[in-house]
Amino acid sequence: MTQLQLTALLPLIVATLTSVVVMLTIAFKRHHRLIAGLTVAGLNLTLLSLIPVLVISDGQAVELTPLLIVDGFALFYMGLVLVTALGVLTLCHAYFEGYAGNREELYLLLTMAVLGALVMACARHFAGLFIGLELLSVPLYAMVAYPVRDSRALEGGVKYLVLSGAASAFMLFGIALLYAETGTLAFAELTTKLAAGRPEILLAGAAMIIVGVAFKLSAVPFHLWTSDVYEASPAPVAAFLATVSKAAMFVVVYRLFVNVGLFKQPAMIEALTWLAVASMVVGNLLALRQDNVKRILAYSSIAQFGYLLVALILAGGRSTEAAGIFLLTYIVTTLGVFGVMTLVSSPMRDRDVEHIEQFRGLFWKRPYLSSIMTAMLLSLAGIPLTAGFIGKFYIVAIGVDAKQWLLLGAMIAGSAIGLYYYLRVMIMMFQPIPAKERVSEPLNWVQNAGGAMLMLAMALMLIIGVYPEPFLALIRAAELVIR
Amino acid sequence: METNLAPVTNATILVWLLFLPFVGGWAAWQAERYSRFLPRWIALGTMLTVLGMSVWLWFTGDYTLAAPSATPEWTLQYKAEWIPSFGISFHLGLDGLSILLIILTNLLGVMAIGCSWREIDRYVGFFHLNLMWNLAGVVGVFLAMDLFLFFFFWEMMLVPMYFLIALWGHSMPGGKSRIYAATKFFIFTQFSGLIMLLAILALVFLHHQSTGVWSFGYMDLLVTAKQLDPEIAWWLMIGFFVAFAVKMPIVPFHTWLPDAHGMAPTAGSVDLAGILLKTAAFGMLRFALPFFPEASRDFAPVAMSFGVLGVIYGAVVAFSQTDIKRLIAYTSISHMGFVVIGIYAGNEQALQGVVIQMIAHGLSAGALFILCGEIYERLHTRDLRLMGGLWSRFPYLPPIMLFFSAASLGLPGLGNFVGEFLILLGSFKVAPVITIISASGLILAAVYSLILVQKAFHGKTRDDGHGTHLEDLSKRELAMMGLLMALLLGLGLYPQPVLDTSAASMKTVELQYSPAPAAAAVSAITP
Repeated sequence: MTQLQLTALLPLIVATLTSVVVMLTIAFKRHHRLIAGLTVAGLNLTLLSLIPVLVISDGQAVELTPLLIVDGFALFYMGLVLVTALGVLTLCHAYFEGYAGNREELYLLLTMAVLGALVMACARHFAGLFIGLELLSVPLYAMVAYPVRDSRALEGGVKYLVLSGAASAFMLFGIALLYAETGTLAFAELTTKLAAGRPEILLAGAAMIIVGVAFKLSAVPFHLWTSDVYEASPAPVAAFLATVSKAAMFVVVYRLFVNVGLFKQPAMIEALTWLAVASMVVGNLLALRQDNVKRILAYSSIAQFGYLLVALILAGGRSTEAAGIFLLTYIVTTLGVFGVMTLVSSPMRDRDVEHIEQFRGLFWKRPYLSSIMTAMLLSLAGIPLTAGFIGKFYIVAIGVDAKQWLLLGAMIAGSAIGLYYYLRVMIMMFQPIPAKERVSEPLNWVQNAGGAMLMLAMALMLIIGVYPEPFLALIRAAELVIR
Repeated sequence: METNLAPVTNATILVWLLFLPFVGGWAAWQAERYSRFLPRWIALGTMLTVLGMSVWLWFTGDYTLAAPSATPEWTLQYKAEWIPSFGISFHLGLDGLSILLIILTNLLGVMAIGCSWREIDRYVGFFHLNLMWNLAGVVGVFLAMDLFLFFFFWEMMLVPMYFLIALWGHSMPGGKSRIYAATKFFIFTQFSGLIMLLAILALVFLHHQSTGVWSFGYMDLLVTAKQLDPEIAWWLMIGFFVAFAVKMPIVPFHTWLPDAHGMAPTAGSVDLAGILLKTAAFGMLRFALPFFPEASRDFAPVAMSFGVLGVIYGAVVAFSQTDIKRLIAYTSISHMGFVVIGIYAGNEQALQGVVIQMIAHGLSAGALFILCGEIYERLHTRDLRLMGGLWSRFPYLPPIMLFFSAASLGLPGLGNFVGEFLILLGSFKVAPVITIISASGLILAAVYSLILVQKAFHGKTRDDGHGTHLEDLSKRELAMMGLLMALLLGLGLYPQPVLDTSAASMKTVELQYSPAPAAAAVSAITP
């Protein structure tokens, strides 16, 4: 292993060390603030360790073993994952202060999940993909069910475990079929050997992989777990599920799609198109009748990933840019929404503030938090001046370029339906409430880390919405290398 | 990068025109902490400043063209890079049409602030924030010379309007809630707007295919749009048309309008009827017709039929309304029907009529909505069946209402008459049958306007527990009404300054829209 490769491996090494250190520290001393601080420091170090990689690789892709590759694409998404995870971490401390049991292991689980997501960002081999995926998923089961005495959380965790296990099995079977026909697991090599395999079996394998992927991205009709699991999980964990876990899955699949032509066959494209259309329409429709904001957000994320699937269907070329900007805007926005939900629910109680009625008149009590929530909901709805508009605009643009009218029609219909429930949550916060309840609650949330993170997310969301050019340049620089 | 463009001298005043209301709105919101009246004064001050600036621009600018041609020219422009990777620039342009509509917007903005002086007592600062951001968005629509920017403002003005209706509106007792109306308004316009976005993007990609350059610039896309395959042009034209038809609104896309007006606060209604509906007509004049002249010509009979349908349907339904605000909302639909007919007739007379009609309707409908608000404030009802005999209970309000109703029915001497007359005159040459049918709308207008006055003000006085004498208009309200009356009279008696201002823009639209031989003939005359 050359020095170059060793440097490129640095982020993964630092992330691994972080989880080890966190684990050992927990073994010696249980201290919530200390562990949280250690985790934040570790992830920040990991983020910093991307800089030497950037400098030393100088725009070149570095191959690390046959499993991993560190190119611009991987670096960008590693950065995104780390920043998002740090954002989630800022929410965790204030929230889990209210938890009666052991709070420290959550941070260990979180660092391991982040490590999994980092591996997925670099994977160029099915083994890498699968290791990353499981490293991400297994801690997540535990995170969902973290408040173990709460039967709802436990139920959610078990549900996620069983269904996710089934999806992983599907994916493994698909990978096995591809391996049986081609004798390789590396993405790039697979492409060259596809001609030798029997097309039916290859197609069956690809289809089973898609099933697994669709489950993780919660595309309709593989979405049934989403709303239950979101509702059951503690708010910061739901934030992690909605952002890091989904984004990492999308990133690795995007690399797979760009590499392997098998997934661009007409039959696959058609299947994916219908998955996307169903996600946009059904996801938005199902959200209409919900009264639980977490469930609404779960369905909204189904629809949002329906939009993102357009970029996957048209993988390659300008779609890489579109996927990047969409994911960036989606993550910033989702982090903002869940951040507000976490802060109003902090410290943790029996149930989070999640019923829509609990948001009634929030604006007159907590004007800043509700303003952030309003802006974030508008961003999810894709209204100009917000980041969501830029992301959606890009997706529509590549759709028009490829003349995908069916997808675009579904997207427009979905957006129009979606407005209804975003506006419903939004206007609830502005409903008049009796004057005696209209007291400004203390502003101390601004001082804690979660508040600072929210302010940052809000600022970022508006900047991307108004002047996206620097972000576009960054994403364009993050080139995906096929190797 | 926009390529088809002469070098631009940046006129910073356009940016001020656009951003002052944003800043003022934000300041008004913050000022609420200190006083309940400060936000109103800040808002009023800002809007008066902007109004003054726009009037100044009107007096000092030169809106005539030496030689009218099919290539539009701008009196003032401002251009800055925005998102270069997609060829999107922050490009504003001002011509005769946009300055008139901007003055109308700012004037009605001042009126809207004036009429909510007493009506709005909750969350005053936030109210003015929404009102002014909405006005700024509208001004942005009138100025945008880049299609991305246009779409940006087109969508951006919806959110404040949504809040205006949803938070300060009136839910009808036993009926649908104001949130229902606001959401319906938002979804209708957003959905149609996204269809327009598809059309815009398709145009941009076609431009990229033919030239290899990314651009959302108006002048670039104008060139590309003219060279399109007729079938594609037709589809893109429909994309634009749908968005404008919903906002205008053209029957059968109108169902959001009566609900929105019925629930909106007075300022919201003034804003909606006076200004927001005009953005649609403006969009047709600035984008739909010039971009797709042939497709629009083919589509004209359909569009004009929609227009006639709107004229008749709006008038008939208005007649049967009992809610005074819904009644006026339906009359708006009827009046906007004339605008559609005029636009698609496409000759200079009709187009000039459209401009006058838009301004006159903005003034008269705005005034009528303000008066409705005043009546509601005093009687706490908008139901015509519960009124009657009001003439004896106020000295000033009923005759003023009569004046604006007369304007609305097209009494000669007032602005609306000039507009409708020119529209009918112009379109008679193009589509006589449609013109004849739509002229019957004038008679229907007389019927619904007079029935409004009759039911509300004449007949037996009712005892509704508010006393025999109601509080009349205050000095502030009288001043507002007086100004609007003077402007309508001015527009009716001496419309020439307005016509002169818009002449060049409308001539350009006519040349773009008219079939090639006619355009050639004109260019032969002008050396």
